[in-house]
Amino acid sequence: MGAQKKKDAARVPEDLSRQRLQAIVIADSFTTRFRPLTLERPKVLLPLVNIPMIDYTLAWLESAGIDEIFVFCCAHSLQLIDHLKKSQWCSLVRTIVSHKSTSVGDALRYIYEQQHTETSQIQGDFVLVSGDTVSNMPLAELIREHRERKKRDEKAIMTMVIKKQSSRLRIGSDQLFVAVDPLTKQLLYYNEGGEVCLDKSLVMDTSVLVCNDVQDCYIDICSPEVLSLFEDNFDYQHLRRHFVKGLLVDDIMGYKIFTHEAHSSCYASRIDNLRSYDTVSKDIIQRWTYPYVPDISFSGNRPLKLGRRGMYRASDAVQSRSADIGASTVIGYGTRIGDGGKIFNSVIGNGCSVGSNVVIQGSYIWNNVTIEDGCEIRNAIVCDGVKIRAGAVLLPGVVLSFNVVVGRDFVVPAYSKVSLLQQEIKEDSDEELECADSSKGTADLLSDVNNLQMESKASELGPDGAGYIWEVCDSVHDEEWWKHSIVPIPMDKLADITQVMDDDDIEDESVVPPRGELKSDNDSISTDANDPNDDDYCYFQREVRETFLRAVEEDNNVDHVTPLINSLRFSYNMASADCAGAIFYSMMRLAIDTPHSSTSELYRNATSIINKSKGLLGFYVKQIDEQIEVIMKFEEMCEETAELVPLFAQIVHFLYDKDVVQEDAILRWGEEKAGADESDKVYLNQCEAFIQWLKEASEEEEDEEDEEDS
Amino acid sequence: MPDVQSMVAEFVNKLRKRKIEGSQATAKCTVELLRSVISHQRVPHANQAAALIDAVKAVGQQLVAANPVELAVGNVVRRVLHIIREEDLSLTTAAMAGLDLLDASDDDDIDNCKGIGYPAMSAAVVAAAARSTLRPPSLQTLLEGTPESATVPYTSSSGADSESKTADKSSLTRKLKHDVIEGVNQLIQEISGCHEQIAEQAIEHIHQNEVILTLGSSRTVLEFLCAAKEKKRSFRVFVAEGAPRYQGHLLAKELVARGLQTTVITDSAVFAMISRVNMVIIGAHAVMANGGVIGPVGVNMAALAAKKHAVPFVVLAGSHKLCPLYPHNPEVLLNELRSPSELLDFGEFSDCLDFGAGSGSLQVVNPTFDYVPPNLVSLFITDTGGHNPSYMYRLIADYYSADDLVM
Repeated sequence: MGAQKKKDAARVPEDLSRQRLQAIVIADSFTTRFRPLTLERPKVLLPLVNIPMIDYTLAWLESAGIDEIFVFCCAHSLQLIDHLKKSQWCSLVRTIVSHKSTSVGDALRYIYEQQHTETSQIQGDFVLVSGDTVSNMPLAELIREHRERKKRDEKAIMTMVIKKQSSRLRIGSDQLFVAVDPLTKQLLYYNEGGEVCLDKSLVMDTSVLVCNDVQDCYIDICSPEVLSLFEDNFDYQHLRRHFVKGLLVDDIMGYKIFTHEAHSSCYASRIDNLRSYDTVSKDIIQRWTYPYVPDISFSGNRPLKLGRRGMYRASDAVQSRSADIGASTVIGYGTRIGDGGKIFNSVIGNGCSVGSNVVIQGSYIWNNVTIEDGCEIRNAIVCDGVKIRAGAVLLPGVVLSFNVVVGRDFVVPAYSKVSLLQQEIKEDSDEELECADSSKGTADLLSDVNNLQMESKASELGPDGAGYIWEVCDSVHDEEWWKHSIVPIPMDKLADITQVMDDDDIEDESVVPPRGELKSDNDSISTDANDPNDDDYCYFQREVRETFLRAVEEDNNVDHVTPLINSLRFSYNMASADCAGAIFYSMMRLAIDTPHSSTSELYRNATSIINKSKGLLGFYVKQIDEQIEVIMKFEEMCEETAELVPLFAQIVHFLYDKDVVQEDAILRWGEEKAGADESDKVYLNQCEAFIQWLKEASEEEEDEEDEEDS
Repeated sequence: MPDVQSMVAEFVNKLRKRKIEGSQATAKCTVELLRSVISHQRVPHANQAAALIDAVKAVGQQLVAANPVELAVGNVVRRVLHIIREEDLSLTTAAMAGLDLLDASDDDDIDNCKGIGYPAMSAAVVAAAARSTLRPPSLQTLLEGTPESATVPYTSSSGADSESKTADKSSLTRKLKHDVIEGVNQLIQEISGCHEQIAEQAIEHIHQNEVILTLGSSRTVLEFLCAAKEKKRSFRVFVAEGAPRYQGHLLAKELVARGLQTTVITDSAVFAMISRVNMVIIGAHAVMANGGVIGPVGVNMAALAAKKHAVPFVVLAGSHKLCPLYPHNPEVLLNELRSPSELLDFGEFSDCLDFGAGSGSLQVVNPTFDYVPPNLVSLFITDTGGHNPSYMYRLIADYYSADDLVM
């Protein structure tokens, strides 16, 4: 152990002599996911197990050997600067303030501009993280790796940290697809959330590692070129969606991005929604983030005492003997808990007072909260200064913003967000925007609201409450609100998702389209209410029709059209029967659209077209099922186009003559239809004679055969 | 002074973030830090010892609070305090002897009764103080709650020194500080030399063709075994790997490199192997006042197995590991719980951790230390020789002043 220490001591001066290590912390998420909380306090100062998030990030960066940390502040910069000044990192941290920035891109551009006006800014490679990162990963190794690679290859400007993750649902992030060269670790493809569209060359190349079980830690080691790239491409906003994609797709100056897979023993996660807030809090309580755990004073915080079963308690917390405090609970300084309380899996901040017979489960109670007798709180976030009057109930998923008062016996509906500030009526369509108001503005607003509350008697939270209930979900994440909520994902949803994922797996195994759009299961989740195949089929049919028309116009041979339609079939993942239907549909539409004066002329048109392209149709109607599909399709079309109705039997007969449809298919169709409603039988009746004739013919044949046999 | 302050802050930071590991390294850093605190402390003319004690105590409290689990810090702080008190006492006795002489010669010069009365009284007080520090503290002194009982009388005695003896006094001041630093230097040497001191005794304990079992990794154990090997003893070593950190693997590697016959076994195989073992030797994290041992996790199991098979269980501990506290203090007994990632792969198990409301969740506990009660320990080997567990309290009384037990 002594030897180990010496080694540490030897390494530090070596690093110092080489280069100062710098980091940029973006202390603003530029999103609205934590609203309404972020209207009153910057996201990075929200307490995570009673310690502001940014303290985790800074403590980690400091112990990873970073010499200088630039904290980029945007919303509520004054609060943040104040916090940093008071913290133990004031010598390490330099703040950069810009109120105009609305994205990471803007922030980095601002830093780049500042670089020329001020001295001693970013000098070399730097670590780029956001202020909500919780990690205990050692960075020294990673930075060395990046530098060595940079020395070998000028174009390697960024190293991105990824981590194996068994389930993305844990932290509520979107599905991530990456393709990595396993030898060089170069990132070849990156896609988060959207439609996955792999380049053919990627899939063909067997030496490429494509995986979707990784998590992006949003920890990047960047070279100074990254800043200038942002400057050059002023439309880059999002680090991943624009910058990484831009570099990978547009191949700017041949710059490359590399990945580093974090060792499984270290923890790294970002808190970008309430779901991950919950998950990461639990990980901290379970000590995965050691040494950044509540019983160690890593940021000048007062350490809590760790008891049995993962209970962290402040030494001066007062607890009634009859209160039942379960495992994995954190109770802060100066907090009093009354008789008969039941508290499980929850974090309670400093200076709270909890009345008697209160049930708190899976919730995050911040500082100075008053909870009166008999309240029930499940899976909620309760911010500083909130008062919950006796008997009130918070249903799962509730978020109470600062200083809200919940009235007596009021039941706050599930998943609702409550704030003293009113929700903006017009949501800015730009979702990248976190509140850019200066904190002063909000404070004014807040006092106004307070006055208003005093005057107005009516409140949305009961007669003696104060606060507005916000619309449950914002428009962007409409159908996935439950995924980002503080509540653990409900079992039924979970079952749905796993079901969908399993289905996907099966599909992936059976048909892997070489090139095309693999549907990400996100979409199938969102649209599982209405059958997603319906839409797809319409698109497919339209595309087939267009292809067919083009082919007819150019008078192409059948052989040329078949591959085109095949490729469509694969990309839409359609069966052969669907193709047959679509082609037949295209043919008949062409016939209808061709100018004609009488039904006989229409019949002639149709027959000529069928004649011309029966080869193409024949390619797809090799099976009985497919032939039946064609007849059914024809039925459908007749429903739509009255002109065709009288021709039904004739055309079916014609198809039979041309060997497109075999007699078995027609007979089977007849049998199926025999049991249908009268209205459905119109076409069957038309074909009655024809079917009768077919039956007789086949019987005769059989007879003949029988005779021959005997 | 500011540089000392920043040094303290830096060390506190390191302790907080658990960046220093191993009690020897921690002890060494602590004592070096305290040395610079003492040397930078400006000592007032009156009551120098109290000033030094206060300064060291203030720093010590910060250090102990930074990592209460690392007991070596507290031990070393108490040792330094003890050194200050001892030096102070010896100087006072020396001064007292001098004053007696002066009294005799100056008797006719000083005519007021005060002048005569003071030295005589001060001498008596000093004698009483000397007795009180040599003697274990009586219940009364403990109840009175006067922590600086040894120094308070000294104040009056130094106040009694007349102006004519200022030169003598300033030299005395310098002497106290000098002596204390000398004493601290000795402590540093003792800490850094404790391995050799302990290893020297190896030959008396390890015999030809014996089988030794050890658990986890300890530098003291390594040196001890190697010393026996150098003396041409041939024996075999079983190393229990010490899950989940597997430091036993490192120890085995080192032992093999030094030419010992080594076998690595799993922790769970300890009981199966113990019947073939002649002696269990482990390194301690701390030795409590009752003779109980805090050691790497798994040690208690090995001790129980040794007891069952009547195998001697020997604990090696440098004197800086002797802790004057009893293990009923929950803060001490309760252990450092480290990250579960040492046990499980986070990526693989993240699913079971907190999924859904209804399903059960996985909890992982990864304690660093184990407590071995004194009745399971056969022998302590410290740098002063072998001791019985029941003798520990006496050893501790030699090293620490009773006034410093509660800091």
